[in-house]
Amino acid sequence: MTPVTGADGGAANIGIRVDRDRCAGSGVCALFEPRYFDQSEEDGLALPRVREAAPEALPVLRAAASRCPAGAITLVVPDTRESAAGDRAD
Amino acid sequence: MTQSFELQVDKRRSLLDPVPELLEISARAPLSKAPGGMPGWIATGREVVRQILGDSERFSNVPPPEPGGRKLDQHEGSLLHIDPPEHSRLRRLVAPMFTVRQMRRLEPMMERIVADHLDVLERAGQPADLMRHFARPVSGLVLAEILGLPRDDLPELSRLSDYRAAGHSARRKPAATAYFRHFEQLVAEQRRHPGEGLVGTLIREHGDGVTDEELAGLCEGIANGSIENTAEAIALGTLALLLHPEQLALLRERPELMDRAVEELLRYVSVVAVVSPRTALVDVAIAGEMIRAGEVVSCSVLAANRCPHDDGLADGLDIAREESANHLALGHGNHFCLGAGLARVQMRIAFTGLLERFPGLRLGAGVEELRFRLLAPQFGVETLPVAW
Repeated sequence: MTPVTGADGGAANIGIRVDRDRCAGSGVCALFEPRYFDQSEEDGLALPRVREAAPEALPVLRAAASRCPAGAITLVVPDTRESAAGDRAD
Repeated sequence: MTQSFELQVDKRRSLLDPVPELLEISARAPLSKAPGGMPGWIATGREVVRQILGDSERFSNVPPPEPGGRKLDQHEGSLLHIDPPEHSRLRRLVAPMFTVRQMRRLEPMMERIVADHLDVLERAGQPADLMRHFARPVSGLVLAEILGLPRDDLPELSRLSDYRAAGHSARRKPAATAYFRHFEQLVAEQRRHPGEGLVGTLIREHGDGVTDEELAGLCEGIANGSIENTAEAIALGTLALLLHPEQLALLRERPELMDRAVEELLRYVSVVAVVSPRTALVDVAIAGEMIRAGEVVSCSVLAANRCPHDDGLADGLDIAREESANHLALGHGNHFCLGAGLARVQMRIAFTGLLERFPGLRLGAGVEELRFRLLAPQFGVETLPVAW
């Protein structure tokens, strides 16, 4: 698996975080976006394959975050912090 | 089709479709006071259902007492009926056995079982019952392989599961007890001689860290998902294709659409029409309403998946559509179907095999002759006669 990094390695990359307390090990991210996500053999929880991805990956990463049943994927987009939000009705 | 007059609106169907009453409720509001005969609230909007199922901090899965104070049979390991932190601890014990990678390892086993039962179905002669000769044995044998359950146990488990599905039958409660007892015996046996399957593996890796009742409860939940939900998803998914010959033809012509077709069929048939009820732990303001602490919400997956919503997605079966992957047929939140990956792989292998083996596959009886299971926790068809 080739690490996915920004073309220029610059600051515009998107950070990929998984909240292990929330993750239910559904494997949805690893199934639909295997380039970016794997699962631990130990507890089945999601493991991002890379800590950062190029800005072009934003659409698929957003789809992965919104599809995560447990709302466990957070994207750190420069100047903002996105999450799979909407799951908590506040 | 005969339908029980006391059946709740969210479990009734018109063939595979939601009934007009459910469409009306959904069209009025995404969250409503439940209609007569149902307690609490009914959530029908896709976003509201997602929000409630995704909010385990404010909604509990512990079942509300049934009317008259009767308590449901529940066991320590029933993942569907417990909340974090117990739920998280138990789920993490079994989640490694259901990872995407693990499903890939199990594919050859599933392909073998499917190929064997394509033979069985063919030998049964036309019209053959796809439920009896294919969908049930396939999902049952896959379950047996995964749990480390003797395959000879399957007919008995299947029979007990049929009784459990029979709503108000007097046989239901004894069958539920016997069904659970079966898994207690499996656990006791595996404590003495831990095998290669899931139960033996959990015993070897966790020993006293997991109780016998928890293990039996986990097995029961996994067995329900296989014997019932997956078998129904294979049979009803096939039925949906047979009722839409142009979609079936498209899938034959473009087998690369199979993964999308599996998602679309999961959405379209929505085997679990309504998930385990959620109980509000605190007052929750949502969708312009206030759900009070202690009130129960029925989340209608069928309505969320099939009723028209503001996003304008059409409901017709369309195996080529991309957006059906956002369906809620496998649930949402921390109780998301543990065996989702297993069900998807089995459906893909089963549909691929059926299409390849039977180029003329069609319904072997009139639609009006089909009998559906409406009282069971999951929607299903009693028999599915097919010809080819």
